[in-house]
Parts: sequence; C-alpha cells; structure tokens
Amino acid sequence: MNMQASQTRTAAETALIDTFTARLPALPGDASVTAKRKEAVAALRARGLPNRKIEAWHYTDLRRLLTAIPAFDARNEAKPVAPLLGGSAVLPILNGKAGRAAAIEGVTVVTAAEKLADGSFAPALQPATDDDAVGAINAALAADGWFLDVAPGAAPADPIELQSVQAGGQAHTRLAAHVGEGAKATVVERHVGTGDALVSSVANIVVGEGAELRWLIVQEQPGGATHLGQFNAWIGRNAKLTVFVMNLGGKLVRQEIRVDAKGEGGEFTLRGVNLLAGSTHCDVTMVLDHSAFGTNSTEVIRNIVTDRAEGAFQGQIRVKQQAQKTDAKMACNTLLLSDEGGFSVKPELEIFADDVACGHGATVAEIDRNSLFYLMARGIDEKTARGLLVKAFLAEVIEELEDEAIVEALEAKLDGWFAEHG
Amino acid sequence: MLEIRNLHARIAETGTEIIRGLNLTVKSGEVAAIMGPNGSGKSTLSYVLAGREDYEVTEGEILYNGESILDLDPAERAAKGIFLAFQYPMEIPGVATMEFLKVAVNSQRKARGEEPLKVPEFLKRVREACASLSIDMAMLKRPLNVGFSGGEKKRAEILQMKLLEPKLCVLDETDSGLDIDALKIVADGVNALRSPERAIVVITHYQRLLQYIVPDSVHVLYKGQVVKSGDKDLALELEANGYAGVIEEAA
Repeated sequence: MNMQASQTRTAAETALIDTFTARLPALPGDASVTAKRKEAVAALRARGLPNRKIEAWHYTDLRRLLTAIPAFDARNEAKPVAPLLGGSAVLPILNGKAGRAAAIEGVTVVTAAEKLADGSFAPALQPATDDDAVGAINAALAADGWFLDVAPGAAPADPIELQSVQAGGQAHTRLAAHVGEGAKATVVERHVGTGDALVSSVANIVVGEGAELRWLIVQEQPGGATHLGQFNAWIGRNAKLTVFVMNLGGKLVRQEIRVDAKGEGGEFTLRGVNLLAGSTHCDVTMVLDHSAFGTNSTEVIRNIVTDRAEGAFQGQIRVKQQAQKTDAKMACNTLLLSDEGGFSVKPELEIFADDVACGHGATVAEIDRNSLFYLMARGIDEKTARGLLVKAFLAEVIEELEDEAIVEALEAKLDGWFAEHG
Repeated sequence: MLEIRNLHARIAETGTEIIRGLNLTVKSGEVAAIMGPNGSGKSTLSYVLAGREDYEVTEGEILYNGESILDLDPAERAAKGIFLAFQYPMEIPGVATMEFLKVAVNSQRKARGEEPLKVPEFLKRVREACASLSIDMAMLKRPLNVGFSGGEKKRAEILQMKLLEPKLCVLDETDSGLDIDALKIVADGVNALRSPERAIVVITHYQRLLQYIVPDSVHVLYKGQVVKSGDKDLALELEANGYAGVIEEAA
C-alpha cells in the first residue's frame, strides 16, 4: 500500500472524483454496480493515482503524467469511420455510447449499458489489484460498450469491429466477450477520434474450450489523447487466443494485457507494434499466468521510437506449480530512431513448476548500418532505405498473423504513420 | 572508366590504414582481376569504391568516367552505375526480395531522371534474368537473402547486377562458398554482362574463378598497394608459385 493519501490531491485526481459525482446519476447500473463504482472512487480518494513508487507503474508515473482531464460532454459528435478490415460487422461506440449494432450470425450482441443496468456486469467491475488504476477509473465511470456472446461452434464469416470513436471529452468503455466452445472469431478493438480525449476501455474475454479468438487492438487516437486500456482474458482447455496490439497515437497510453491460460493445452500468442512519435508516452504491460498443464505462449513486441517519445514494456510471466510442460517465450525489440527518445523493458519470470521452458530477450538498437549500406549500395537513397528497414522491422511481426487482409490493413496503417511521422 | 590515383584509406573507427597509395586504371570493356593474399586490402578496396562509411579516404582520388566520386554516398554511386557484388550479402528480414528489386531498380531510374518501370516490364526482366541464372522465382518472395544458401546469395547478387545494368561491376570474392556448378552459373552470368561499355573488376583470392571469367588484366594487391600488374598469365603464375615470389620482388 502506498502513502499517497497524505499527498495533496492532483488536479486530475480531483477532476476524476468530480466527474464521478456529476456523472453518477446518469450512469447505468443497479445497486450492485453502483456499490462497485463507489468502492472504486473511494479507493481513488484514499490512494490517489499510482506513481512510480508503485511497482506496476514504475515506468508510467500516472500521477505525474495524467495532468488534465477533459470534461465529459454528452453533445460531442463522434462520427463512425470505415472499419479496419473490409466487410467487418461494426459495433460502434460513439462518444462512449453504443450505437446501432450490425447483426452477426452466431453472435448475440448486447450493449454494456444494459449489462450494467441489470447488474450482470457488477462482478467484472472489481479491479484486479489495489494498484489497478485503469480498472478502478473504468469501474467508476463505465457507461457503455458491448457484450458479445459467440455461440458454441459458431464461426462468423466476417470480422467484428468494436469501434470506439471519440471527439474530445472523455469516455469509459466496457467490452466483454464470451467465445463458446469450438467457436472461431476475429475481433478488432479500434480506438480512433479527434481532439484530446481521455478514454478508458476495459475488455473481459472468456475463450471457451477449443475455441479460437483473434483480437486486434488498434489504437490510433490523436497526439493529445490519453488512452487507458485493459484487456483481461481467460483461456480454456485447448483454446487459442491471439492478441495483436498496435499503438499508433495518443499522448499518454497504457495498455494492459492480463491473461490466464487456465485450461490444459491452452495457447496464447501476443504480438505488438508500438510506433512512438512526438512526446508520446506509451506503456504496454502484460501479466500472463500459465495455470494449467501444457500451456504455451509466445510474446513478441516491436517498438520504434522517434522524437522525444518514451515507451515501456513490462512482461510478467507466472508459471504455477501445476503448469508443467509450459513453453513460454517472450521478446521485446526496439529501434531507437532519435537520441532524445527512450524505451524501458522489464521482463519478469516467476516459475513455480520444474518442467518448463521459459525464455525472454530484449534488444534496443539503432538501424543496422550494414543493412543500410547494402540497400544504399543498390541505389536506394538513405531516407527510403531507412524507411524500408524500419517498416521491415515491424512488418515481420505483422506478417506472422498470416491473414492477407489483416496484414495488408495493418501495413497500410504503418505506411500512413510513416507518411505523417517518417 | 575507373582511375584510382595514390589512394590512401583507413578504418574510420580505429584509424588503421589499409589502402596505402594504390594506383589502378581500368578501361571501358576491360575485365580486371585483383588478386592478393588475405589482409592485402581487397575487400576494403571494394567497400571504398562503393562508398561505405566505415572507411575514410585520407589521400588520393577515385575518378569514375573522369569525375571524382569521393563525395558521393553509396546510393549516388550506385545510381551512376557502380555496382558491388558483396562477398557476404546482408540478410534483411521483413523486406521481400522482389519488393527490394523493384525499389532498387526504380530508385536508380528516378535518380537518372527516368520513369519507373511498369510492373509487367519489370516482371519480364526479372523472369528472364532468373531463368539465365537458374533462380526459382519463388525465392524472390522470401525476405532478402534470409535463409538463402551461399550459392543462392551469390546468384541473387548477380541477378541484381543484371537487373540494375551497372557500368562498373566490382565482384568481391564472388567465388567464395560456391561449388563448381554454381560457380559456372555465376561466371556465365558475369560473362554475359561483358561489353565494350562496361568494366568489371573481379576481386579474388584464387585463380579458379579466372578460368571461367578470363581477365584482360591481373593486378596483385599487397599491403594496400598494387605491387604487380600483368595479363591473365600472371594469375597462372600466382597459382603455380604462390604470392611469395611476387611480394619479394616488390619489396
């Protein structure tokens, strides 16, 4: 427990508490939900936002970095955008409010507002730990979002895009999915917008036995936005979960990924690319539990850092005693393209089983001079050659998704980013 | 075409001088072989010609078609028609070989003020070049040089040379790591590029390659200088007697 209670409350802390007081009457929820909201705010009052003395927030001092909270404004007009993948069924969340849902075969779709109103989301509002500031802020203020129930054996033909669009102000979104036994789905969690918004988004996902879920988080908010994301998942027996995270924007970004491989033979794949420019601060924090026999995971994060941007990756893998034959491999590679930027990596392995294979590696490097010389010796000018090498560094991870439409769409995002920042 | 005058070059980081007063002239249409023992500066010479930053020219001049190229970066030299076939081509993960070829060809065209090649024309040229070098087009879908065998890498270098149509080709130990069949394919590829408008500099440790690419002139490099020049018989003499005699004579 930290000692922040005695500190002066920051402007952001005060603004969050005031927002809650003002918003509570309009927020959906039965008595159990309201109780969870009040608990979360009481914790915020007592402890304040976490600072770097809190281990989980060591590289992202939220108390210092979260300086201003834009006011909630119900009148903001957020307009939907084209989905990342052509043909997607789009479920919009505009200015924090669920819009009109597309019908999806084999999937029951309910708004989070309904799930909050009837109290069924109350247990999920419990923050993961005392230090779970993202969970607490979201629990206090979550207004809407989507719940997807994918029927057992269903395999929707088209991807589903959960499209959060923000035009400044603030939004607190809840997402949940239950992927039934043997079902297969691809979901894009998209965060776009205009203006300097504050967005929190928490997703709780259950991947049923033998199911396969691919979940792509594409965060491309404007340079002044704050994004506090959390993705929680439980992987069932012989189920497969692939999470791809792409951060292309925002001023302050924290994306947490908490996964429990709790069913025997469960597989988890995490791939991420973070493109940091300007004075962005971007933190991807993963906590992965291997809780069952024969669970496998691989994690590869690639980052490029330009300008004065700062980034961090914390990757914690905990192998429970019963999780024998676990195979886990984690890597984080960063290309530093400026002298003023920085990136911190903290891998952590906690292993309580004795028959496992776990490994991790991290590199921070500049563009390889030998490769650059080789390309230039073929007549490719320096700027183009550098661009090719940087893109290749990221594309390698994207291409592992092995789906032409997805690879193409994500690489187009890279090209767009380079056109703007390259 | 190429005139090197009293060239001195050193490793930028350590200041160690490798090229120490080298003189060499190669005419248009000529195939010149540069031979020499290990450590004589052969690879350094190829890198200095291509413009690698790790080396500093401290004295002398490199004239290409009468113009100094010392102030040009590697890409500018390449666009002017200088090509280095690497002894150890770099592996570049994430860049598909075909994409790389297209960017390279069109970058050079752009630098020369030419229109980019249309895709069908580009593919036609690639297909023809691949056929002559026994390269499976499927190889071009793979990342550049990644996982290529030694022979595949060298053939890929010659493929690039064919497509880029340089005026001055520098082949750095192109024979190393090749079996005899691959060596013949590579040599045929090089011979096909011989022309009155083009000069080829073949850097090699052994005479073997020169049986297949017969040089017009042979130059022995030792301690960063050309210590002896002759015709193709000089290579045979070196093969028979080793470098010791030539070096002693020069000393």
